Amino acid sequence: MIGEIDPTIINLTVFVLAVFVGYHVVWNVTPALHTPLMSVTNAISGIILVGAMLAAGPAETDWGVWLGAAAVTLAAINVFGGFLVTQRMLEMFRKKDKKGS
Amino acid sequence: MSANTVALAYLIASVFFILALKGLSSPLSARRGNMFGIIGMVIAVITTLTITRNWALIIVCIALGGAIGAVVARRVQMTAMPELVAFMHSLVGLAAVFIAIAAVNNPASFGLPETLPMGSKLELFLGTFIGAMTWSGSVIAFLKLSGRMSGAPITFNGQHKVNLTMAIIMVGFGLWFFFSTTTNWTAFSIMTAIAFVLGFLIIIPIGGADMPVVISMLNSYSGWAAAGIGFSLGNPMLIIAGSLVGSSGAILSYIMCKAMNRPFLSVILGGFGSEGGAAVAGDGTQKTYRSGSADDAAFIMGNADSVIIVPGYGLAVARAQHAVKELAEVLHKKGVNVRFAIHPVAGRMPGHMNVLLAEAEIPYEQVLEMDEINSDFSNTDVVLVLGANDVVNPAANVPGSPIYGMPILDAYKARTVMVVKRSMAAGYAGLDNDLFYMDKTMMIFGDAKKVVEDMVKAL
Repeated sequence: MIGEIDPTIINLTVFVLAVFVGYHVVWNVTPALHTPLMSVTNAISGIILVGAMLAAGPAETDWGVWLGAAAVTLAAINVFGGFLVTQRMLEMFRKKDKKGS
Repeated sequence: MSANTVALAYLIASVFFILALKGLSSPLSARRGNMFGIIGMVIAVITTLTITRNWALIIVCIALGGAIGAVVARRVQMTAMPELVAFMHSLVGLAAVFIAIAAVNNPASFGLPETLPMGSKLELFLGTFIGAMTWSGSVIAFLKLSGRMSGAPITFNGQHKVNLTMAIIMVGFGLWFFFSTTTNWTAFSIMTAIAFVLGFLIIIPIGGADMPVVISMLNSYSGWAAAGIGFSLGNPMLIIAGSLVGSSGAILSYIMCKAMNRPFLSVILGGFGSEGGAAVAGDGTQKTYRSGSADDAAFIMGNADSVIIVPGYGLAVARAQHAVKELAEVLHKKGVNVRFAIHPVAGRMPGHMNVLLAEAEIPYEQVLEMDEINSDFSNTDVVLVLGANDVVNPAANVPGSPIYGMPILDAYKARTVMVVKRSMAAGYAGLDNDLFYMDKTMMIFGDAKKVVEDMVKAL
Protein backbone atom coordinates (compact mmCIF):
# COMPACT_ATOMS: atom_id res chain seq x y z
CA MET A 1 0.00 0.00 0.00
CA ILE A 2 2.86 2.37 0.91
CA GLY A 3 4.21 2.11 -2.61
CA GLU A 4 0.99 3.52 -4.06
CA ILE A 5 1.07 6.69 -1.96
CA ASP A 6 2.25 9.85 -3.68
CA PRO A 7 5.57 10.93 -2.05
CA THR A 8 4.08 14.41 -1.63
CA ILE A 9 1.48 12.97 0.77
CA ILE A 10 4.22 11.34 2.83
CA ASN A 11 6.11 14.65 2.88
CA LEU A 12 2.94 16.40 3.96
CA THR A 13 2.55 13.91 6.82
CA VAL A 14 6.09 14.61 7.98
CA PHE A 15 5.49 18.35 7.63
CA VAL A 16 2.30 18.45 9.71
CA LEU A 17 3.79 16.32 12.48
CA ALA A 18 6.99 18.42 12.53
CA VAL A 19 4.94 21.62 12.87
CA PHE A 20 3.19 20.07 15.88
CA VAL A 21 6.49 19.08 17.47
CA GLY A 22 7.91 22.56 16.82
CA TYR A 23 4.83 24.20 18.30
CA HIS A 24 5.04 22.25 21.54
CA VAL A 25 8.80 22.47 21.93
CA VAL A 26 8.99 26.21 21.27
CA TRP A 27 6.23 27.13 23.73
CA ASN A 28 8.47 25.67 26.44
CA VAL A 29 11.34 28.00 25.63
CA THR A 30 11.86 30.51 28.42
CA PRO A 31 11.34 34.15 27.28
CA ALA A 32 14.81 35.11 28.53
CA LEU A 33 16.26 32.84 25.83
CA HIS A 34 14.22 34.14 22.89
CA THR A 35 17.22 35.77 21.24
CA PRO A 36 19.34 32.59 21.40
CA LEU A 37 16.26 30.75 20.09
CA MET A 38 16.27 32.99 17.03
CA SER A 39 19.99 32.55 16.42
CA VAL A 40 19.88 28.77 16.84
CA THR A 41 16.90 28.51 14.50
CA ASN A 42 18.95 30.60 12.08
CA ALA A 43 21.65 27.97 12.25
CA ILE A 44 19.11 25.15 11.86
CA SER A 45 17.50 26.75 8.81
CA GLY A 46 21.03 26.59 7.42
CA ILE A 47 20.12 22.91 6.88
CA ILE A 48 19.26 24.17 3.42
CA LEU A 49 23.02 23.58 3.00
CA VAL A 50 22.11 19.97 2.22
CA GLY A 51 20.01 21.07 -0.76
CA ALA A 52 22.80 23.42 -1.83
CA MET A 53 25.36 20.60 -1.75
CA LEU A 54 23.18 18.52 -4.07
CA ALA A 55 22.82 21.51 -6.42
CA ALA A 56 26.61 21.94 -6.44
CA GLY A 57 27.36 18.27 -7.00
CA PRO A 58 25.93 16.90 -10.27
CA ALA A 59 28.17 14.96 -12.63
CA GLU A 60 28.11 17.44 -15.55
CA THR A 61 29.21 20.96 -14.66
CA ASP A 62 27.12 23.87 -15.91
CA TRP A 63 26.08 27.26 -14.46
CA GLY A 64 23.67 25.51 -12.08
CA VAL A 65 26.68 24.09 -10.21
CA TRP A 66 28.03 27.60 -9.59
CA LEU A 67 24.64 28.67 -8.31
CA GLY A 68 24.71 25.67 -5.98
CA ALA A 69 28.23 26.58 -4.85
CA ALA A 70 27.05 30.11 -4.03
CA ALA A 71 24.15 28.63 -2.04
CA VAL A 72 26.57 26.33 -0.16
CA THR A 73 28.62 29.37 0.87
CA LEU A 74 25.58 31.35 2.01
CA ALA A 75 24.13 28.44 3.97
CA ALA A 76 27.52 27.71 5.58
CA ILE A 77 27.69 31.31 6.85
CA ASN A 78 24.35 30.68 8.53
CA VAL A 79 25.30 27.33 10.03
CA PHE A 80 28.64 28.43 11.48
CA GLY A 81 27.58 31.96 12.36
CA GLY A 82 24.32 30.81 13.93
CA PHE A 83 25.74 28.07 16.15
CA LEU A 84 28.79 30.10 17.21
CA VAL A 85 26.88 33.21 18.14
CA THR A 86 24.34 31.13 20.05
CA GLN A 87 27.21 29.50 21.93
CA ARG A 88 28.64 32.92 22.73
CA MET A 89 25.33 34.19 24.08
CA LEU A 90 24.63 31.09 26.12
CA GLU A 91 28.06 31.34 27.77
CA MET A 92 26.88 34.66 29.19
CA PHE A 93 23.74 33.09 30.57
CA ARG A 94 25.84 30.42 32.20
CA LYS A 95 27.82 33.02 34.12
CA LYS A 96 24.55 34.45 35.27
CA ASP A 97 23.40 31.07 36.50
CA LYS A 98 26.54 30.51 38.54
CA LYS A 99 25.96 33.80 40.30
CA GLY A 100 22.32 33.03 40.78
CA SER A 101 22.82 29.72 42.52
CA MET B 1 25.74 4.99 1.18
CA SER B 2 22.46 3.44 0.16
CA ALA B 3 19.36 5.61 -0.01
CA ASN B 4 17.99 3.88 3.09
CA THR B 5 21.12 4.52 5.16
CA VAL B 6 21.06 8.15 4.08
CA ALA B 7 17.41 8.45 5.09
CA LEU B 8 18.15 6.93 8.51
CA ALA B 9 21.10 9.27 9.09
CA TYR B 10 18.83 12.19 8.17
CA LEU B 11 16.27 10.94 10.69
CA ILE B 12 18.92 10.95 13.44
CA ALA B 13 19.95 14.48 12.47
CA SER B 14 16.30 15.59 12.63
CA VAL B 15 15.95 14.24 16.17
CA PHE B 16 19.05 16.21 17.19
CA PHE B 17 17.49 19.40 15.84
CA ILE B 18 14.37 18.83 17.95
CA LEU B 19 16.58 18.25 21.01
CA ALA B 20 18.44 21.48 20.21
CA LEU B 21 15.25 23.52 20.56
CA LYS B 22 14.10 21.54 23.57
CA GLY B 23 17.34 22.46 25.35
CA LEU B 24 16.40 26.13 25.31
CA SER B 25 13.64 25.58 27.86
CA SER B 26 16.16 26.51 30.57
CA PRO B 27 19.52 28.33 30.62
CA LEU B 28 20.96 25.22 32.31
CA SER B 29 20.30 22.87 29.40
CA ALA B 30 20.64 25.46 26.64
CA ARG B 31 24.32 24.95 25.86
CA ARG B 32 23.83 21.20 25.61
CA GLY B 33 20.93 21.95 23.25
CA ASN B 34 23.17 24.02 21.02
CA MET B 35 25.68 21.16 21.00
CA PHE B 36 22.92 18.77 19.86
CA GLY B 37 22.17 21.16 17.02
CA ILE B 38 25.81 21.12 15.93
CA ILE B 39 25.93 17.30 16.06
CA GLY B 40 22.78 17.12 13.94
CA MET B 41 24.27 19.44 11.37
CA VAL B 42 27.55 17.51 11.19
CA ILE B 43 25.66 14.24 10.62
CA ALA B 44 23.54 15.88 7.92
CA VAL B 45 26.50 17.37 6.05
CA ILE B 46 28.72 14.26 6.17
CA THR B 47 25.84 12.07 5.01
CA THR B 48 25.11 14.41 2.12
CA LEU B 49 28.78 14.41 1.08
CA THR B 50 28.54 10.67 0.46
CA ILE B 51 25.80 11.12 -2.16
CA THR B 52 27.17 14.10 -4.03
CA ARG B 53 30.21 14.89 -6.20
CA ASN B 54 32.43 17.96 -6.66
CA TRP B 55 33.76 17.47 -3.14
CA ALA B 56 36.59 19.94 -3.58
CA LEU B 57 34.25 22.71 -4.66
CA ILE B 58 31.76 21.99 -1.89
CA ILE B 59 34.36 21.81 0.87
CA VAL B 60 36.03 25.02 -0.28
CA CYS B 61 32.63 26.77 -0.25
CA ILE B 62 31.76 25.42 3.21
CA ALA B 63 35.17 26.51 4.52
CA LEU B 64 34.74 29.97 3.00
CA GLY B 65 31.21 30.44 4.33
CA GLY B 66 32.18 28.92 7.66
CA ALA B 67 35.11 31.31 8.04
CA ILE B 68 32.90 34.31 7.28
CA GLY B 69 30.27 33.04 9.70
CA ALA B 70 32.80 32.42 12.46
CA VAL B 71 34.34 35.88 12.13
CA VAL B 72 30.93 37.55 12.15
CA ALA B 73 29.77 35.51 15.16
CA ARG B 74 32.89 36.43 17.12
CA ARG B 75 32.98 40.11 16.26
CA VAL B 76 29.32 41.05 16.49
CA GLN B 77 28.32 43.31 19.37
CA MET B 78 25.48 41.95 21.49
CA THR B 79 23.64 45.20 20.85
CA ALA B 80 23.73 44.39 17.12
CA MET B 81 22.10 40.95 17.43
CA PRO B 82 18.87 42.03 15.68
CA GLU B 83 20.83 43.10 12.60
CA LEU B 84 22.82 39.88 12.58
CA VAL B 85 19.68 37.77 12.80
CA ALA B 86 18.04 39.73 9.96
CA PHE B 87 21.21 39.33 7.90
CA MET B 88 21.21 35.57 8.41
CA HIS B 89 17.53 35.26 7.46
CA SER B 90 18.32 36.95 4.19
CA LEU B 91 21.04 34.37 3.44
CA VAL B 92 18.66 31.44 3.90
CA GLY B 93 16.16 33.12 1.59
CA LEU B 94 18.72 33.71 -1.13
CA ALA B 95 20.16 30.20 -0.82
CA ALA B 96 16.63 28.78 -1.22
CA VAL B 97 16.15 30.75 -4.44
CA PHE B 98 19.53 29.60 -5.82
CA ILE B 99 18.73 25.98 -5.04
CA ALA B 100 15.30 26.21 -6.63
CA ILE B 101 16.76 27.73 -9.81
CA ALA B 102 19.43 25.01 -9.91
CA ALA B 103 16.69 22.39 -9.48
CA VAL B 104 14.67 23.80 -12.38
CA ASN B 105 17.86 23.86 -14.47
CA ASN B 106 18.98 20.33 -13.65
CA PRO B 107 16.29 18.24 -11.92
CA ALA B 108 18.35 15.06 -12.26
CA SER B 109 20.96 16.23 -9.73
CA PHE B 110 18.22 16.14 -7.09
CA GLY B 111 16.88 12.75 -8.19
CA LEU B 112 13.88 14.39 -9.87
CA PRO B 113 12.61 13.34 -13.33
CA GLU B 114 14.00 15.33 -16.29
CA THR B 115 10.55 16.80 -17.04
CA LEU B 116 9.40 18.17 -13.72
CA PRO B 117 6.12 16.68 -12.49
CA MET B 118 3.42 19.17 -11.50
CA GLY B 119 3.84 18.49 -7.79
CA SER B 120 7.54 19.38 -7.92
CA LYS B 121 6.78 22.51 -9.90
CA LEU B 122 4.29 23.65 -7.28
CA GLU B 123 6.83 23.00 -4.51
CA LEU B 124 9.60 24.81 -6.39
CA PHE B 125 7.24 27.72 -6.96
CA LEU B 126 6.48 27.90 -3.22
CA GLY B 127 10.14 27.52 -2.18
CA THR B 128 11.29 30.19 -4.63
CA PHE B 129 8.73 32.81 -3.79
CA ILE B 130 9.01 32.38 -0.03
CA GLY B 131 12.80 32.41 -0.33
CA ALA B 132 12.84 35.52 -2.53
CA MET B 133 10.49 37.40 -0.19
CA THR B 134 12.55 36.33 2.82
CA TRP B 135 15.68 37.66 1.17
CA SER B 136 14.45 41.09 0.14
CA GLY B 137 12.32 41.54 3.27
CA SER B 138 15.28 40.69 5.50
CA VAL B 139 17.56 43.06 3.61
CA ILE B 140 15.14 45.92 4.35
CA ALA B 141 14.82 44.79 7.98
CA PHE B 142 18.63 44.68 8.23
CA LEU B 143 18.99 48.18 6.77
CA LYS B 144 16.34 49.57 9.12
CA LEU B 145 17.76 47.85 12.21
CA SER B 146 21.34 48.90 11.55
CA GLY B 147 20.26 52.50 11.00
CA ARG B 148 21.44 52.52 7.37
CA MET B 149 17.83 53.26 6.45
CA SER B 150 15.31 55.28 8.45
CA GLY B 151 13.17 53.18 10.77
CA ALA B 152 10.18 55.31 9.88
CA PRO B 153 7.48 53.56 7.88
CA ILE B 154 7.44 54.33 4.16
CA THR B 155 3.89 54.51 2.90
CA PHE B 156 2.19 55.73 -0.27
CA ASN B 157 -1.37 55.85 -1.54
CA GLY B 158 -2.81 52.58 -2.74
CA GLN B 159 0.14 50.66 -1.30
CA HIS B 160 -1.90 47.62 -0.34
CA LYS B 161 -3.61 47.54 -3.74
CA VAL B 162 -0.23 47.64 -5.48
CA ASN B 163 1.01 44.78 -3.29
CA LEU B 164 -2.13 42.73 -3.87
CA THR B 165 -2.03 43.30 -7.63
CA MET B 166 1.61 42.24 -7.74
CA ALA B 167 0.87 39.15 -5.65
CA ILE B 168 -1.91 38.16 -8.05
CA ILE B 169 0.32 38.70 -11.10
CA MET B 170 3.02 36.62 -9.40
CA VAL B 171 0.59 33.75 -8.79
CA GLY B 172 -0.50 34.09 -12.43
CA PHE B 173 3.05 33.55 -13.68
CA GLY B 174 3.38 30.75 -11.15
CA LEU B 175 0.37 29.02 -12.71
CA TRP B 176 1.80 29.54 -16.19
CA PHE B 177 5.03 27.87 -15.02
CA PHE B 178 2.94 25.16 -13.37
CA PHE B 179 0.90 24.28 -16.46
CA SER B 180 3.69 24.58 -19.06
CA THR B 181 4.71 21.21 -20.47
CA THR B 182 8.37 22.20 -20.85
CA THR B 183 10.56 24.19 -18.44
CA ASN B 184 9.11 27.68 -18.75
CA TRP B 185 12.02 29.98 -17.80
CA THR B 186 10.14 33.16 -18.74
CA ALA B 187 7.33 32.48 -16.29
CA PHE B 188 9.73 31.28 -13.60
CA SER B 189 12.06 34.29 -13.84
CA ILE B 190 9.27 36.89 -13.86
CA MET B 191 7.62 35.18 -10.91
CA THR B 192 10.91 35.19 -8.96
CA ALA B 193 11.57 38.85 -9.81
CA ILE B 194 8.11 39.88 -8.60
CA ALA B 195 8.61 37.92 -5.37
CA PHE B 196 11.84 39.86 -4.72
CA VAL B 197 10.11 43.21 -5.25
CA LEU B 198 7.16 42.13 -3.12
CA GLY B 199 9.49 41.33 -0.20
CA PHE B 200 10.82 44.92 -0.31
CA LEU B 201 7.34 46.42 -0.57
CA ILE B 202 5.92 44.40 2.28
CA ILE B 203 8.60 45.44 4.79
CA ILE B 204 9.11 49.15 3.96
CA PRO B 205 5.80 50.34 5.53
CA ILE B 206 6.58 48.67 8.86
CA GLY B 207 8.01 50.96 11.55
CA GLY B 208 10.93 50.38 13.91
CA ALA B 209 8.92 49.46 17.01
CA ASP B 210 7.23 46.67 15.07
CA MET B 211 10.62 45.16 14.21
CA PRO B 212 10.34 42.41 16.86
CA VAL B 213 7.31 41.11 14.96
CA VAL B 214 8.94 41.52 11.55
CA ILE B 215 12.14 39.80 12.56
CA SER B 216 10.20 36.87 14.07
CA MET B 217 8.06 36.67 10.96
CA LEU B 218 11.11 36.59 8.68
CA ASN B 219 12.57 33.93 11.00
CA SER B 220 9.44 31.94 10.34
CA TYR B 221 9.64 32.55 6.56
CA SER B 222 13.24 31.38 6.43
CA GLY B 223 12.09 28.12 8.01
CA TRP B 224 9.20 27.68 5.58
CA ALA B 225 11.60 28.39 2.70
CA ALA B 226 13.84 25.54 3.90
CA ALA B 227 10.79 23.28 4.31
CA GLY B 228 9.61 24.26 0.81
CA ILE B 229 12.96 23.19 -0.65
CA GLY B 230 12.62 19.98 1.40
CA PHE B 231 9.33 19.26 -0.35
CA SER B 232 10.87 19.88 -3.78
CA LEU B 233 13.75 17.55 -3.06
CA GLY B 234 11.62 14.99 -1.22
CA ASN B 235 13.93 15.35 1.78
CA PRO B 236 12.11 14.81 5.12
CA MET B 237 15.04 16.21 7.16
CA LEU B 238 14.77 19.57 5.40
CA ILE B 239 11.01 19.50 5.95
CA ILE B 240 11.38 18.74 9.67
CA ALA B 241 14.15 21.29 10.33
CA GLY B 242 12.35 23.91 8.26
CA SER B 243 9.04 23.33 10.04
CA LEU B 244 10.69 23.61 13.46
CA VAL B 245 12.14 26.97 12.50
CA GLY B 246 8.92 28.05 10.80
CA SER B 247 6.74 27.28 13.81
CA SER B 248 9.29 28.82 16.18
CA GLY B 249 9.21 32.11 14.26
CA ALA B 250 5.42 32.01 14.05
CA ILE B 251 5.08 31.55 17.82
CA LEU B 252 7.51 34.40 18.49
CA SER B 253 5.53 36.67 16.14
CA TYR B 254 2.38 35.75 18.02
CA ILE B 255 3.97 36.49 21.42
CA MET B 256 5.27 39.84 20.15
CA CYS B 257 1.90 40.83 18.68
CA LYS B 258 0.17 39.95 21.92
CA ALA B 259 2.68 42.05 23.87
CA MET B 260 1.74 45.03 21.70
CA ASN B 261 -1.96 44.18 21.59
CA ARG B 262 -1.86 44.51 17.82
CA PRO B 263 -3.39 42.05 15.38
CA PHE B 264 -0.70 40.40 13.27
CA LEU B 265 -2.35 41.62 10.08
CA SER B 266 -2.25 45.27 11.12
CA VAL B 267 1.45 45.01 11.97
CA ILE B 268 2.13 43.50 8.57
CA LEU B 269 0.07 46.08 6.75
CA GLY B 270 2.26 48.64 8.48
CA GLY B 271 2.28 52.42 8.71
CA PHE B 272 1.69 52.47 12.48
CA GLY B 273 4.23 55.17 13.40
CA SER B 274 2.90 57.72 10.92
CA GLU B 275 -0.70 57.44 12.13
CA GLY B 276 0.38 57.94 15.73
CA GLY B 277 2.43 61.01 14.79
CA ALA B 278 -0.58 62.64 13.19
CA ALA B 279 -2.70 62.04 16.28
CA VAL B 280 -0.15 63.75 18.51
CA ALA B 281 0.23 66.76 16.24
CA GLY B 282 -3.45 67.53 16.70
CA ASP B 283 -3.01 67.81 20.45
CA GLY B 284 -1.37 71.22 20.48
CA THR B 285 -1.14 72.00 24.21
CA GLN B 286 2.20 72.83 25.80
CA LYS B 287 2.94 70.49 28.69
CA THR B 288 5.56 71.07 31.35
CA TYR B 289 8.04 68.57 32.67
CA ARG B 290 10.66 68.57 35.39
CA SER B 291 14.26 67.81 34.52
CA GLY B 292 17.08 66.92 36.88
CA SER B 293 20.72 65.96 36.86
CA ALA B 294 22.31 62.55 37.24
CA ASP B 295 23.55 63.61 40.69
CA ASP B 296 20.03 64.42 41.93
CA ALA B 297 18.81 61.10 40.63
CA ALA B 298 21.69 59.21 42.23
CA PHE B 299 20.95 60.86 45.58
CA ILE B 300 17.29 59.83 45.48
CA MET B 301 18.09 56.28 44.42
CA GLY B 302 20.79 55.95 47.09
CA ASN B 303 18.20 56.72 49.76
CA ALA B 304 15.49 54.49 48.34
CA ASP B 305 14.58 51.00 49.58
CA SER B 306 13.65 49.61 46.21
CA VAL B 307 14.54 50.50 42.62
CA ILE B 308 13.23 48.91 39.44
CA ILE B 309 15.18 49.56 36.26
CA VAL B 310 13.24 49.41 32.97
CA PRO B 311 15.67 49.01 30.06
CA GLY B 312 14.67 49.72 26.47
CA TYR B 313 16.11 50.18 23.02
CA GLY B 314 17.97 53.31 24.22
CA LEU B 315 20.10 51.09 26.44
CA ALA B 316 21.12 49.02 23.45
CA VAL B 317 21.88 52.07 21.31
CA ALA B 318 24.04 53.63 24.05
CA ARG B 319 25.67 50.24 24.89
CA ALA B 320 25.02 51.12 28.52
CA GLN B 321 24.60 47.57 29.85
CA HIS B 322 27.94 47.44 31.69
CA ALA B 323 27.42 50.86 33.26
CA VAL B 324 23.97 49.74 34.39
CA LYS B 325 25.45 46.68 36.02
CA GLU B 326 27.82 48.89 38.02
CA LEU B 327 24.94 51.10 39.07
CA ALA B 328 22.97 48.07 40.22
CA GLU B 329 25.97 46.80 42.21
CA VAL B 330 26.63 50.12 43.92
CA LEU B 331 22.97 50.45 44.87
CA HIS B 332 22.88 46.87 46.03
CA LYS B 333 25.81 47.52 48.37
CA LYS B 334 23.87 50.42 49.87
CA GLY B 335 21.11 47.97 50.72
CA VAL B 336 18.78 49.00 47.91
CA ASN B 337 16.68 46.23 46.39
CA VAL B 338 17.45 46.56 42.65
CA ARG B 339 15.53 44.66 40.04
CA PHE B 340 15.06 44.81 36.27
CA ALA B 341 11.71 44.73 34.50
CA ILE B 342 11.68 43.42 30.94
CA HIS B 343 8.82 44.10 28.56
CA PRO B 344 8.46 41.39 25.89
CA VAL B 345 8.93 43.90 23.05
CA ALA B 346 11.67 46.00 24.69
CA GLY B 347 14.46 46.40 22.16
CA ARG B 348 14.30 45.31 18.57
CA MET B 349 13.94 41.56 18.87
CA PRO B 350 12.48 38.99 21.29
CA GLY B 351 14.73 38.60 24.33
CA HIS B 352 17.05 41.43 23.25
CA MET B 353 17.29 43.02 26.73
CA ASN B 354 17.87 39.69 28.48
CA VAL B 355 20.93 39.05 26.34
CA LEU B 356 22.37 42.51 26.98
CA LEU B 357 21.89 42.19 30.75
CA ALA B 358 23.36 38.69 30.66
CA GLU B 359 26.38 40.04 28.80
CA ALA B 360 26.91 42.53 31.63
CA GLU B 361 26.70 39.59 34.07
CA ILE B 362 23.68 40.91 35.89
CA PRO B 363 22.45 38.14 38.22
CA TYR B 364 19.62 36.04 36.83
CA GLU B 365 17.18 36.47 39.69
CA GLN B 366 17.22 40.26 39.39
CA VAL B 367 15.83 40.17 35.85
CA LEU B 368 12.07 39.73 35.78
CA GLU B 369 9.47 39.45 33.01
CA MET B 370 6.53 41.83 32.86
CA ASP B 371 4.01 39.44 34.42
CA GLU B 372 6.32 38.65 37.32
CA ILE B 373 6.99 42.23 38.36
CA ASN B 374 4.04 44.39 37.31
CA SER B 375 2.20 44.13 40.63
CA ASP B 376 5.30 45.36 42.49
CA PHE B 377 5.54 48.82 40.91
CA SER B 378 2.96 50.37 43.27
CA ASN B 379 5.14 49.69 46.32
CA THR B 380 8.46 50.61 44.70
CA ASP B 381 10.28 53.82 45.58
CA VAL B 382 12.03 54.59 42.31
CA VAL B 383 11.60 53.40 38.75
CA LEU B 384 14.51 54.23 36.45
CA VAL B 385 13.45 54.10 32.80
CA LEU B 386 16.50 53.74 30.56
CA GLY B 387 15.75 54.48 26.94
CA ALA B 388 12.31 52.88 26.97
CA ASN B 389 9.21 54.79 25.99
CA ASP B 390 6.16 53.09 24.50
CA VAL B 391 6.37 50.11 26.89
CA VAL B 392 5.80 52.41 29.89
CA ASN B 393 3.30 54.77 28.23
CA PRO B 394 0.14 54.99 30.38
CA ALA B 395 -1.73 56.02 27.22
CA ALA B 396 -2.13 52.28 26.76
CA ASN B 397 -4.86 52.46 29.43
CA VAL B 398 -6.73 55.31 27.68
CA PRO B 399 -9.45 54.18 25.27
CA GLY B 400 -8.97 55.71 21.83
CA SER B 401 -5.19 55.90 22.05
CA PRO B 402 -3.40 54.17 19.15
CA ILE B 403 -1.72 51.87 21.64
CA TYR B 404 -4.83 51.33 23.79
CA GLY B 405 -4.88 47.85 25.29
CA MET B 406 -1.17 47.17 24.92
CA PRO B 407 0.12 45.56 28.13
CA ILE B 408 2.64 47.97 29.67
CA LEU B 409 5.01 48.00 32.61
CA ASP B 410 3.15 49.98 35.29
CA ALA B 411 6.07 52.35 35.94
CA TYR B 412 3.65 55.25 36.55
CA LYS B 413 2.47 53.56 39.78
CA ALA B 414 5.85 53.93 41.50
CA ARG B 415 6.47 56.71 44.04
CA THR B 416 9.15 58.38 41.92
CA VAL B 417 9.85 57.91 38.23
CA MET B 418 13.13 58.82 36.55
CA VAL B 419 13.43 58.77 32.81
CA VAL B 420 16.76 58.87 31.03
CA LYS B 421 16.28 60.00 27.44
CA ARG B 422 18.21 61.91 24.85
CA SER B 423 15.41 64.41 24.21
CA MET B 424 11.68 64.85 24.57
CA ALA B 425 11.16 63.30 21.13
CA ALA B 426 8.35 60.78 20.84
CA GLY B 427 9.05 57.05 20.91
CA TYR B 428 8.90 54.77 17.89
CA ALA B 429 5.11 54.66 18.01
CA GLY B 430 5.25 58.43 17.45
CA LEU B 431 3.22 59.00 20.60
CA ASP B 432 3.67 61.53 23.36
CA ASN B 433 4.14 59.90 26.75
CA ASP B 434 2.12 61.28 29.70
CA LEU B 435 4.49 59.56 32.10
CA PHE B 436 7.09 62.25 31.33
CA TYR B 437 4.75 65.05 32.47
CA MET B 438 3.68 63.59 35.80
CA ASP B 439 4.52 65.52 38.98
CA LYS B 440 6.58 62.68 40.36
CA THR B 441 8.60 62.24 37.18
CA MET B 442 12.11 63.55 36.73
CA MET B 443 13.59 63.70 33.24
CA ILE B 444 17.33 63.25 32.90
CA PHE B 445 18.52 64.18 29.44
CA GLY B 446 21.60 62.66 27.91
CA ASP B 447 23.12 59.51 26.52
CA ALA B 448 22.03 56.55 28.69
CA LYS B 449 25.60 55.32 29.20
CA LYS B 450 26.99 58.75 30.19
CA VAL B 451 24.10 59.44 32.57
CA VAL B 452 24.40 56.06 34.28
CA GLU B 453 28.17 56.46 34.65
CA ASP B 454 27.61 59.86 36.25
CA MET B 455 25.13 58.29 38.64
CA VAL B 456 27.68 55.66 39.66
CA LYS B 457 30.26 58.38 40.29
CA ALA B 458 27.80 60.40 42.38
CA LEU B 459 27.03 57.43 44.60
